[in-house]
Amino acid sequence: MTFKKPSVLPGFNLSLGYTLFYLGLIVLLPLSALVYKTAGLEWADFWSTVSDPRVVASYRLTFGASFIAALLNLVFGLLVAWVLVRYSFPGKRLIDAMVDLPFALPTAVAGIALATLYAPNGWIGKHFAEDGLIGELLGKEIKLAFTPLGIVIALIFISLPFVVRTVQPVLEDLEIELEEAASSLGASRWQIFSRVILPTIWPALLTGFALAFARAIGEYGSVVFIAGNMPMESEITPLLIISKLEQFDYLGATAIAVVMLAASFAMLLVINLLQWWTAKRLGRRT
Amino acid sequence: MKTRLFALLPALLLSSHLVQADATLLNVSYDVMRDFYKDYNPAFQKYWKGKTGEKVVVQQSHGGSSPQARSVIEGLQADVVTMNQHSDIDAIAERGKQLPTNWATRLPNNASPFTSLQVLIVRKGNPKGIKDWNDLTRPGVNVVIPNPKTAGNGRYTYLAAWGYALKQPGGNEQKAREFVAALFRNVPVLDTGGRGATTTFMQRNIGDVLVTFENEAEMIAREFGRGRFEVVYPSISIEAELPVSVVDKVVDKKGTRKQAEEYLKYLWSPEGQTVAAQNYLRPRDKAVFAKYAKQFPSVKLFTVNDLGGWKAIGQKHFNDRAIYDQIAAANAKKK
Repeated sequence: MTFKKPSVLPGFNLSLGYTLFYLGLIVLLPLSALVYKTAGLEWADFWSTVSDPRVVASYRLTFGASFIAALLNLVFGLLVAWVLVRYSFPGKRLIDAMVDLPFALPTAVAGIALATLYAPNGWIGKHFAEDGLIGELLGKEIKLAFTPLGIVIALIFISLPFVVRTVQPVLEDLEIELEEAASSLGASRWQIFSRVILPTIWPALLTGFALAFARAIGEYGSVVFIAGNMPMESEITPLLIISKLEQFDYLGATAIAVVMLAASFAMLLVINLLQWWTAKRLGRRT
Repeated sequence: MKTRLFALLPALLLSSHLVQADATLLNVSYDVMRDFYKDYNPAFQKYWKGKTGEKVVVQQSHGGSSPQARSVIEGLQADVVTMNQHSDIDAIAERGKQLPTNWATRLPNNASPFTSLQVLIVRKGNPKGIKDWNDLTRPGVNVVIPNPKTAGNGRYTYLAAWGYALKQPGGNEQKAREFVAALFRNVPVLDTGGRGATTTFMQRNIGDVLVTFENEAEMIAREFGRGRFEVVYPSISIEAELPVSVVDKVVDKKGTRKQAEEYLKYLWSPEGQTVAAQNYLRPRDKAVFAKYAKQFPSVKLFTVNDLGGWKAIGQKHFNDRAIYDQIAAANAKKK
């Protein structure tokens, strides 16, 4: 693609210029300030800050819990989207609107509400206590709040809308003829789903997954209330960044932030590539 | 963000034609001081009006002590800062250069008009029989403490336990370290602030003991009812000095130095000291203290300076990879 290629749409230079300016101002400028600030740190100091065992444990937790949460939402978010698109039932609009609630709720409110529910004396948490319904069934207590499990719960909550809202429109646009054709050619229901529907919505699913994952990595407000924040065990990386700031260690905080930024960017890039690759592969096939 | 907006508001008002009107002070304070200043501000306004005939408006901003200090460093236009540890105001002096480093000598009592101390709060009837710091290290006792990395409250508790262990017969640094490590092994949740820890203990019903400021215990009584917990005074505790200072750069720019200085000085007046005592802050004034002595059981106290002062303590205990981090890492491995 060359820049000289004439387009039917006018205003290319103006709109591209505006796009670059806008992205530069809103996205690139703060991020480069972050990197610039970190540059004040000697390499050895930078490395010892970001490779500290406690910080490394927090990367593992943050990325691990976010991955699990995004993965679960990939499955159940798809299910929600499917139900909302394919069936009609009373109260559908209400449920549709409910999906967006995690977007709208202040994250601290979500965190406090979740901690109240899942704490050992909460509505849900009490059934998992030693003398609770499920605790007795399993013969032991399962701690939900104030453990990494609690973090996953919070992250599932806040990242659910991303998968639902990216998959929903694609499912809506899915041509019914394709499925009818597959059916008339003798495909089973499962074959229709796995060979016709899934490949079509796959790029959207991946996007939803990537968005959910990225959102979960950066989440702070809801997680700190339910995490327990124990060193090496349930401390998320954003909490360590805040606790560095609390000690007026701006450089240390930005150093960890830069590592998170690089890791998130790399992962989003890989997911985008994957998406591009599947779209291309599918494009060739149809 | 909200606090910034509130800070801008008086500035906007001042820049307009209202310049000669009421002076406005912004007091940037920490979380649990809300109740105290709610009572103190009207008292001061009345006093100032009687003395000069001027009206003065006092606005409050509350949050965690260190984040509040950070906001001031980053430009929140505070006339006065009222914090829960000297290191927060030191940071404003050193990093923000908004006030001189000798700020603590400008007012009496190390610039702390009142003090508090760390007490042990246990469940009704004290089922685990908690009497002193050493009971907190027993296996099976769960202790709720806010994170010493993020909360001054947690730092005071850590230091109280450290000092207790040092002062036991045959106590030394190694033993103090082991004692504090054993204490933190019994901590199931590390909240980021003092109020969070209170919620965890009272509302989520987690833990057998909550360690917090004496005046926070009174807040719990007002909020949750007196019948639900008991306050245990340990054999020895740490005196928490709650320092205050004028922010020179701001008051000189706004022309509010006179009001701001008087606002802080009035904290030492019998009226100010009485408001403090009513909020369960230990007053410096002997007469006021005597009047309220019933609510302040006498406890053997040591101070932050006995342990070397905040600066040395920060380097030794709370900075990255210092003793607290080492203890936390070792405890995590043992689990």
